[in-house]
Amino acid sequence: MTELALPKIDKDTISRKDQIVSHLKKFTKDENILSENEEIKPYETDGLAAYKQTPLAVVLPENTKEVSEILKFCNEENIKVIPRGAGTGLSGGALPLQDAILLGLGKFNKILEIDFENKCVVTQPGVTNLGITHAVQHKGYYYAPDPSSQLACSIGGNVAENSGGVHSLKYGTTTNNILGVEMVMMDGTITRIGGKTLDQEGYDLLGLVCGSEGLLGVITEVTVKILRKPQSVRAALIGFPTVEDGGNCVSDIISSGIVPAGMEMMDKALIDATDKFSKAGYPKDAEVLMIVELDGTKSEVDGLLNKVSEIAKQNNSNSMKLSNNEKERLAFWSGRKAAFPACGAMAPDYYCMDGSIPRGKLSLILKEINELSKKYNLAVANAFHAGDGNLHPLIMFDGSDKEQLRKTEEFGAEILKACVKHGGALTGEHGVGIEKRELMCESFNNNDIQQQLNIKKSLDEKNLLNPGKVYPILRKCAEEGRVHVHRGEEKFPDLPRF
Amino acid sequence: MSTEEKKNSQISLDSEILSPSTEKEVSEIVREIYSKQLPIEITGTGTKKGFGYNLQTAKKLSLSKLSGIIDYKKEELYIKVKAGTPIQDIEKILDENNQELAFEPIDFGYMINGQSNKGTIGGYVACNFAGSRRFKVGSVRDHILGFKGVNGKGDIIKSGGTVVKNVTGYDLSKLISGSFGTLVVLTEITLKVSPKKQSQITVIVYSDEIKKISNLFDKILSSSNEVSAATFIPEEPSHKNYEHTKNKVFKFNDLDQEGSFLAFRIEGDKRSIDERLKELKIELDLSNFKSSILDVHQSIPFWKKVNNLELFSGTKNNVLRAVMPPAKCEAFSKFLNKNYKYYIDWCGSLFWIEVLDKDDEKINKIKNFIVENSGYLTILKKSENFDFQDTLFTIDNTRLMISKKIKESFDPKKLFNPGRMYREF
Repeated sequence: MTELALPKIDKDTISRKDQIVSHLKKFTKDENILSENEEIKPYETDGLAAYKQTPLAVVLPENTKEVSEILKFCNEENIKVIPRGAGTGLSGGALPLQDAILLGLGKFNKILEIDFENKCVVTQPGVTNLGITHAVQHKGYYYAPDPSSQLACSIGGNVAENSGGVHSLKYGTTTNNILGVEMVMMDGTITRIGGKTLDQEGYDLLGLVCGSEGLLGVITEVTVKILRKPQSVRAALIGFPTVEDGGNCVSDIISSGIVPAGMEMMDKALIDATDKFSKAGYPKDAEVLMIVELDGTKSEVDGLLNKVSEIAKQNNSNSMKLSNNEKERLAFWSGRKAAFPACGAMAPDYYCMDGSIPRGKLSLILKEINELSKKYNLAVANAFHAGDGNLHPLIMFDGSDKEQLRKTEEFGAEILKACVKHGGALTGEHGVGIEKRELMCESFNNNDIQQQLNIKKSLDEKNLLNPGKVYPILRKCAEEGRVHVHRGEEKFPDLPRF
Repeated sequence: MSTEEKKNSQISLDSEILSPSTEKEVSEIVREIYSKQLPIEITGTGTKKGFGYNLQTAKKLSLSKLSGIIDYKKEELYIKVKAGTPIQDIEKILDENNQELAFEPIDFGYMINGQSNKGTIGGYVACNFAGSRRFKVGSVRDHILGFKGVNGKGDIIKSGGTVVKNVTGYDLSKLISGSFGTLVVLTEITLKVSPKKQSQITVIVYSDEIKKISNLFDKILSSSNEVSAATFIPEEPSHKNYEHTKNKVFKFNDLDQEGSFLAFRIEGDKRSIDERLKELKIELDLSNFKSSILDVHQSIPFWKKVNNLELFSGTKNNVLRAVMPPAKCEAFSKFLNKNYKYYIDWCGSLFWIEVLDKDDEKINKIKNFIVENSGYLTILKKSENFDFQDTLFTIDNTRLMISKKIKESFDPKKLFNPGRMYREF
């Protein structure tokens, strides 16, 4: 574990642990409160496993009323609360704090209503992303956003992070696919935002909450939009001799007016890694490999696939396969889907980054990443959601070597800074969490961050809900002169500079 | 702003209408009004002035001089513009490049005074009222990649950027969409643009039976054939105070003017349109209905008329906008039928309703029905003798309380468009 600045620990809260635990038992069953070390251990970390913290206690409420009472109590008693879905997040958004209650939503695991008439599903937040699709697929429907962790990640977590996935190029991310939520505010207030209608009137609180990383409220119910499965889906597997050719092909496909359902790219390092791992039969002579998936009516898909292959040829593709059936299509994807475990097999640890860039800068950023790889002497493999410019460089390292972990984090930060420099974003779909917190100053100035903190303060006055996440906490950021306290106003006690 | 800059700034608040031409000037003006506690009305070209409660501020901040395209990257599918840029200018440049704003901006000018006027992009984003393609592509807010603006203290703030995948910090682009200028003075907006579809046709299905219409909407929504718009235009009520405009507005060679009709649009290349039409005919059981087809030359103007509320062109009556869960389409249509001039868009979800002047009690009844059925109502145009006592927007107390807090976090002295959305702020 590397050094990580965390909000000031409230020793008083820790000393009151027994009293707090016994008080929490008033709100939910005894068995829903975990306070012994061995019980708490699984909750020490989330998908960003480099960081671990032991929470004061873990509470697993069973209904909205319990959540409301727990939050109200914690608010009154100044106890920090860290909400957690399935704990699959990659930016440390559910990292506990020693003086905080970890509020797990795992018991909110039921689908409440399948409403085919209104084309939506009302579900508790602990249901997995894929669980929703499973519940509606018998009638030919599915839930569109498909983060790679969809088998395990919870829909509540998806809302908190505004999760995307391979198909967000055509179908959007979580924010474009939810209709409503029920949410409990830090003071215990229960509110419903949206419902089964398109849009909501007044301030778009749904848009604000989606992607707010558990800082504004705890989601206790979600209404998601479901779509009818397309009639026909086909994919092309295309190899290019140079990174530039592949990058240009992505831009040309998009500017030709085609909106593929997904457009993925892998570099040479990843092609080799995944091929060894999953035997996907990827071309050996390709510097980059692209999977383009198209969906729609049969003749439309066939026509678009032809157009895509023409554009690829114009961009010097040196291999091309078009899927003729589901088996072939899934085989194309098998390597890409094995990207993470394949990297896991190549090094003791890997660190998955998540930046966004304009599509036209793909080859440029790939070159820069390779330069950085040499500079830090750490291997990197790259998987891109190329269609929407979302990069996932996977840096390979040995976590038992503290120095390597430090270098890895520095390498990752340099990649993200480069993304911002090229007009992109620090995070495309994984969230800021604790991981990219100190880099927020790359994207935002003091006014921008202060405005966001003002919103946070207006809904969670004491900064008790998931503190220490998203917004910078270290002095470093400030000392570099990019951020300073704005006229000494609106200062959070736990955030030294804001 | 540095001390030096402060000294140099000479912002005068003398005139009633303040028309800054740069973002910095907007910021300076707001700093001044903040220090003097002067509420202001924010306007573009004033097309949506009548939406919400009327304002009586001493000063107006006009963004009409803050106009122009900053950056258009066709291949990256975005356009960055100043907030006061006329929508028409944006659509023109996109059209020249075979692209468009997928949310189909509505031209409210017809409803307001019978003349086309789309207004500015800032005004449009502030309302978040998407056009006919909404159920397929999302709302205005789903197409805002980022913005810059000035908050109630005069600070220039930004959120988002130019890329589609971006979860860095709160998604304020969503929050400012539909905030009716009560949170920030928008100065810059980055919009996602989409390639234009090659062609389109519109299928007209003739029927007066609401049950059948609502069933057709449901089948269209359930279809994977990507219908991009669906509307129902009923016969108008016979009441003499409703102007009978249907047959004047929807005058097309291949549209039979007798009776009510449902229309849906298929877009794409010719081959794909043909294929989807064939499948939809079966899915919707169209052999049981009288139907006709508008070719691309008729289809494009048809949807402009639907989208631009031309049925209500120049009306002196009230115009209401209601959004319902799609399954409530039949019940709500039956409630409205023959009593009101109305039509349905968004494939059964969006209702545009005209209510006669001096009929506020009826507005009340409509609102009650909508709220009981989990929808929401916005009263957009108010007639001369409008005296409706309830709120113009639909909101519950908890959301109002949260909204008030958010308002204060942007505009602590409540200076921007005070009272436009809710009397409370």
